[in-house]
Amino acid sequence: MNAAGFPLLTLLTFLPLVGAAFILTLRGDDKVVAENARWAALWTSLIVFALSLILWFRFDKADAGFQFVEQLDWLSEFGITYHVGIDGISVLFVLLSTLLTPICILSAWDAVQTRVREYMVAFLVLETMMVGMFVALDFIVFYVFFEGVLIPMFLIIGVWGGKRRVYASFKFFLYTLLGSVLMLLAILLLWYRAGTTDIPALFDHSIPPSLQTWIFLAFFASFAVKVPMWPFHTWLPDAHVEAPTAGSVILAGVLLKMGAYGFLRFSLPMLPQASADFAPFIYALSIIAVVYTSLVALAQEDMKKLIAYSSVAHMGIVTLGIFTFNVQGLSGALFTMLSHGVVASALFLCVGVLYDRVHSRDIARYGGVAKIMPAYALVFMLFSMASVALPGLAGFPGELLVIVAAWKVNAWVAFGAALGMILGAAYTLYLYKRVAFGKVTKQDLLGLFDMSPREHLVFAPLIVLAIWMGVHPQTFLSFFEASVTALVARHDAALGAARLAGM
Amino acid sequence: MNWTLAVPELVLGLSGLAILGVGVLPKANTHFACAMAAIGAFLLTAVLVLGAPEGTGFGGQIVSDAFSRFTRVLILIGAAAGVALSLDFNAKEGMDRFEYPVLLVFATLGMLVMVSANDLMALYIGIELLSLSLYVVAAFNRDNERSAEAGLKYFVLGALASGLLLYGSSLVYGFTGTTNFDRIADALSDPTRASPGLIVGMVFIITGLAFKVSAVPFHMWTPDVYEGAPTPVTAFFAAAPKIAAIALFARVLGGPFGDLAGQWQQVIVVISMLSMVLGAFAAIGQENIKRLMAYSSIGHVGFALVGLAAASEAGMRGLLVYMVIYLLMNLGAFAVLVAMRRQGRAVENVTDLAGLARTDLSMAVWMAIFMFSMAGIPPLAGFFGKMFVFKAAIDSGLWTLAIVGVLASVVSAFYYLRIVKVMFFDESAGALDARPAALSFVMTASGLFTTLFFLYPAPLVAAAAAAVASILG
Repeated sequence: MNAAGFPLLTLLTFLPLVGAAFILTLRGDDKVVAENARWAALWTSLIVFALSLILWFRFDKADAGFQFVEQLDWLSEFGITYHVGIDGISVLFVLLSTLLTPICILSAWDAVQTRVREYMVAFLVLETMMVGMFVALDFIVFYVFFEGVLIPMFLIIGVWGGKRRVYASFKFFLYTLLGSVLMLLAILLLWYRAGTTDIPALFDHSIPPSLQTWIFLAFFASFAVKVPMWPFHTWLPDAHVEAPTAGSVILAGVLLKMGAYGFLRFSLPMLPQASADFAPFIYALSIIAVVYTSLVALAQEDMKKLIAYSSVAHMGIVTLGIFTFNVQGLSGALFTMLSHGVVASALFLCVGVLYDRVHSRDIARYGGVAKIMPAYALVFMLFSMASVALPGLAGFPGELLVIVAAWKVNAWVAFGAALGMILGAAYTLYLYKRVAFGKVTKQDLLGLFDMSPREHLVFAPLIVLAIWMGVHPQTFLSFFEASVTALVARHDAALGAARLAGM
Repeated sequence: MNWTLAVPELVLGLSGLAILGVGVLPKANTHFACAMAAIGAFLLTAVLVLGAPEGTGFGGQIVSDAFSRFTRVLILIGAAAGVALSLDFNAKEGMDRFEYPVLLVFATLGMLVMVSANDLMALYIGIELLSLSLYVVAAFNRDNERSAEAGLKYFVLGALASGLLLYGSSLVYGFTGTTNFDRIADALSDPTRASPGLIVGMVFIITGLAFKVSAVPFHMWTPDVYEGAPTPVTAFFAAAPKIAAIALFARVLGGPFGDLAGQWQQVIVVISMLSMVLGAFAAIGQENIKRLMAYSSIGHVGFALVGLAAASEAGMRGLLVYMVIYLLMNLGAFAVLVAMRRQGRAVENVTDLAGLARTDLSMAVWMAIFMFSMAGIPPLAGFFGKMFVFKAAIDSGLWTLAIVGVLASVVSAFYYLRIVKVMFFDESAGALDARPAALSFVMTASGLFTTLFFLYPAPLVAAAAAAVASILG
């Protein structure tokens, strides 16, 4: 049995489904059903979050291995078992998922008025898929959850999205599917070679370098689309712009992390040689992503699109950090993933607050909001600054670590990343200036209400986290320290062995 | 002579005759009673199949083994569901004649003979019994031009396929001196003794079977027949006969021609690849949902044949698992298609499903599950079918086939998604008529299977493995 004494991770994964099943049984008047569905979804997600806090307190930070492990027979004769567990790399993402789900449900309380029951069910199913993906320790189980995300997300974008929702949802679905099926083939190949799909067992299975290249490319096809890395990012702005606010939040907060998580969990430990060989290629794509998408963001007229492009830039920093293969780089990448999960989610929620009132995402539609909605302007500024990586806020420690790590590898790469930070400051401040400051030219804006208590409640945990992560990053870094150190040591050992064998 | 082996077939045949006799006698309409009796006969036969002894009988014509037991049960499930789907539809379309269930009983009998055939003669008799019954039911709505046309087209092309099959069988008989599967296998145990004439004969047999499973390039009849035949008939076509034909394919190629795998593998790889690609691209532009399902079934046959192309135990096992999942997804999806009636008239365009999620959420959800499953999205059952066949292909080193296959599955996802889009994203085109309970039952049962398969796939996979072991021996 594991540290919790009961199958905690399974419970975290499947409890949302129980809530969803309950919501589906609700009958009666539409209004009543909608209200009950909201409350049921909120309570389910809150209970899941409360349970997931056990991980926060009981996780053994000194242990680099997998904890809270559960293993059950599934298709055992083929080497597939239901195997779940967490280590320092995945634990905080589980918490991020369980935290963001109630926030999303709360943020959609009034914004979503049509087909509320289905909406809540979709979000709870999505939570199951996200948590399941981060805790999976079997490749097939991982793939099932990784791909399963597509179904609820497709429906969320397509049913509750904006004008071009059909285009965006199809693009999102087909793009990701195309990448993933190639990864599936690579998984099947690994399965064939190793006779098992157990992830810890595959770590110990060595693959000849020539084959590593092909498997790496297949994984890359899937993860690069998910991250998304330039030039595979074009689905993201569409998906973000058309998705409802909560959909964007989950997309930016968790789904974008799945690709980077895949690189960390699979590509690095299983394919050390190919990862090292492809590192320059990844650097190039990352730097292009950082600089190019920052410039593109500068030119955006649509708030959501701007934040979407800034996400691509931030994820460029993450992939850069992962492929530096040193402790700072990996820690920085993980930290940036977490901080981006909090900050970008909050920024999308900020856009959502305005959108709910004015029903426009056009930057030009706003101006002088700070005078009308001071509390809102303050929150928006906090997260803008965090996104810019102002010291003392969430964005800073991660990006700093990545740049330091990049410096160790190549000064030019570090320069590119730093350039991205400067451009990031430019487009974020420019956005904030145009929305919040200046004269109020649109008279109808004068009637806007400041944030409601429910909205305060939505932002409160994110504000706390954004400041906490900036002021005391060690709290979070300490979770993945041991795992990252072990990962780097193993990577170096594998490369060293390969070099010896080559001599 | 060990006739007890054929008890299930005998019982089903006698039941068919009895239903026919009872159906003719009274003046009143006996369609419903006959249909119920047919379902009862199918279930009784399934029970008998499960308890049937193993061995060969009738001078080696018929074999009863784990493989035939597995596929016979599947066929009977498909046939029973096929009759259930037709009950209400036939009554509303004025084709509720008692001959319909009787014909389906004889078609099913043909299928049972096919999958337990151990001789080219028995195989041919089974196929003909199936085909002749199907020609008639395709044209069952005889006052409808399209239905009559479908029946005629099916007959002409089916007869051609039977001719090819027969010609191939005669070549094989000529070069090996036997029609018995076991003795053909003995004769071919040294593959160097396989003469070109024999291989030509085998290719003719493959061609005939490819017609029956509607694999590219022998698929031309499928879209027209699927579109023209009454919807429950299409549902029947897409379910049980596909299983029987694919199972026969596996038995013939895995059993008597097992040692010629090097020869037939190339053929199967090509038709599998073509079927997957054509099924994916040709369905995109279809407006008629039955036609779309026809191309979808061509694609699915392509995926199933990936398992056969692997020419390994794992591949055959994947093939069987795929067919089980295919059967249930298809029955469910066709239950939805049969339920598509508006103001008493059957409608069959994709756009007629518009906004279904607003008017009938549960049907829309089930249909969406079937579509996602057919597209191969986990955790639904369709994904596991694809996973097993592609795993087998990779084990056998068929990389090109596997890559073409997964890419085709992405393309095909487009039109499955389109149906989901029409149901969930579009404005409602008006409510469909209330659906009868039988359709809801088939829909829900197959929907639950498709959704929950991932929880406990082991028993089905184990049963498929046992079935395959019995033919590869």
